[in-house]
Amino acid sequence: MSELLRISDLHVAFPTDDGLVRAVDGVSLSVSSGETVAIVGESGSGKTVTSLSVMGLHKKGSAQMSGSISVAHDGGFLDVLSASEEEIRSMRGRSVAMIFQDPMSALHPYYKIGDQLAEAYLVHNPGKKKEAIARAVEMLDLVGISEPAQRAKEFPHQFSGGMRQRVMIAMALMNSPKMLIADEPTTALDVTVQAQILTLLASLQKELNMGILLITHDLGVVAQVSDKVNVMYAGRIVEQGGVDDIFYNPMHPYNLGLLKSVPRISATGSERLRAIPGQPPSLISLPAGCAFAPRCEYIKFADSNACATQMPALVGTAASHISRCHIDESKRKASFAEAMKEVR
Amino acid sequence: MYRFIGRRVFFAVLTILAVSAVVFAIFSFLPFDPAALTCGQRCTPQIIEGNRIKLGFDKPIYEQYWLFLSGIFVGRTYGSGQAAFSCPAPAFGYSFNENACVTDMIKDSLPVTLNLAVGALILWLLIGISLGVIAAKFKNRWPDTTGSVFVLLGTSLPTFVTGLALLIWVSIKWKIVPMSLDGYVSVLDSPGRWFMYFILPWITLAIAYAALYTRFTRAAVLDTLGEDFIRTARAKGVKERTVLFKHTLRAVLAPIITLAGLDFAGLIGGAIITETIFNLPGLGRLTLRSIFEFDLPVVLTTTILAAVVVIVMNLIVDMFYAVLDPRVRM
Repeated sequence: MSELLRISDLHVAFPTDDGLVRAVDGVSLSVSSGETVAIVGESGSGKTVTSLSVMGLHKKGSAQMSGSISVAHDGGFLDVLSASEEEIRSMRGRSVAMIFQDPMSALHPYYKIGDQLAEAYLVHNPGKKKEAIARAVEMLDLVGISEPAQRAKEFPHQFSGGMRQRVMIAMALMNSPKMLIADEPTTALDVTVQAQILTLLASLQKELNMGILLITHDLGVVAQVSDKVNVMYAGRIVEQGGVDDIFYNPMHPYNLGLLKSVPRISATGSERLRAIPGQPPSLISLPAGCAFAPRCEYIKFADSNACATQMPALVGTAASHISRCHIDESKRKASFAEAMKEVR
Repeated sequence: MYRFIGRRVFFAVLTILAVSAVVFAIFSFLPFDPAALTCGQRCTPQIIEGNRIKLGFDKPIYEQYWLFLSGIFVGRTYGSGQAAFSCPAPAFGYSFNENACVTDMIKDSLPVTLNLAVGALILWLLIGISLGVIAAKFKNRWPDTTGSVFVLLGTSLPTFVTGLALLIWVSIKWKIVPMSLDGYVSVLDSPGRWFMYFILPWITLAIAYAALYTRFTRAAVLDTLGEDFIRTARAKGVKERTVLFKHTLRAVLAPIITLAGLDFAGLIGGAIITETIFNLPGLGRLTLRSIFEFDLPVVLTTTILAAVVVIVMNLIVDMFYAVLDPRVRM
């Protein structure tokens, strides 16, 4: 397993008329070949901003960025934050490819599918048009589109949502990237199609030994495909660990809240969905301490003064499972164990 | 595709028929005696009645309309015996004021207006789209703000101001473009003189329209640059230049062409001010003169012609749209 992506202490902020929006605030994570790393969190938690940062896709001048993003590229590592526009361009789609949330709008409505796929190859292999078209058909076949040569000549509006997401995946695979960023790849699809796309991604990953950075707000998706999970809240990673750690042994009250809010089939009919009370904070005026403190049910187990004024460090008993929380380890274990009984 | 075109053509023909009937009816109900308008100062009731019968104004209106319609296809003969005169098909009527078939008058003035409109269209599309793309590319920087000054001036200055200003300075004071006193020349006869003849009217019209197209293109390009499929293109590693000139412009082109087709159709019917300022003997001036002189057959024809051009351009734009946008293909 070789490391493909390392994000260290990434900060991304957007100046607006109302103030500085701190969308990503000190995120560190890494992705190696063959593994799927998930970033999970609610809307506005900084998941997508993190993934767009890796691709260098923020509008010029709109984002203030610091920290470092290293991407395995051409046998070495490319530091995205300091690389030139041309270096980033040669990395995009070749070393790291990306698929997006809404396949209905992510394809150009006026160009044929085959041409759009071929373009992904041609930008990195200029002049090899025949090869590009052959590869486009091959990739369409690989993602399970029947009669690929025929369908390559069709336009996006002739494809269903699920088929378009397959096309997006085929496009991402055109240059055999080592790393794939999937930004909510199944959010816009209905449930049966979701499952097909996830299965497809998993089998392609196995075949091509790709590293996948999966952005999602769907815990079901996370549980199904990921190896490591990062839970984000208000621009920060609040808990990081293996998929089993995150689901069976939550350390952060926010993660526990997410698990408790998942509807269960075994629940009695009269039970209502359980939401985490309150709203996430404004990213313009983040609290000095823990951003989750105002909504935290378990704040009674911690020094509430510390929660309000000090940002907790990302620590844990093992390096592979860490979280940002002031709650005392022993008190947390007892109360969380009680809560987890309900989740199962 | 062919069924789509066939249906559209069928309905276009129906619309043209309806428009011609309505226009014809309106002109028949005007409080003028068309027969009285056909003779000069020394008119006697006998001459008027004679003309009435000669021109068919004594017949009921539906029969007049039928004569008008059939004249378009088979030509028309007025009067009888020695005094008879005829206009060959397509005949739209006879102008007593000018003593000429209306068709011949249109034949003389339509090329002038077409030359004016096509040249202006090309010029304003070139200027408008270029400035719009540049303004969008450099949003809120100096090329954009300079562009918006042009947009403001172009949209607020009426053509009679820009046209007269051009005429006074460029032609009269600086003598860069000679005043065209010799009348219209075809591009085939003398390209140089043709160009000099039309360049100022083109610029006059182009300034007004280019300003609108700059604003429209800028907004459309900015809209499109925010689309998901543009982000996809960037994520593929497509060069920024290709993103702008291929992916973005391709998406912006369809609405611009729609707009251009309709504006072009409008110009054919009514570049009256520009034609008047520059003394161009086009359709606009012909219409204006005919209105002042109550030359009803000419006004009737130019009105119907303007409507036909709008309908036909609509049809062409729709078919063009179907070619440009695969989602519209039938």
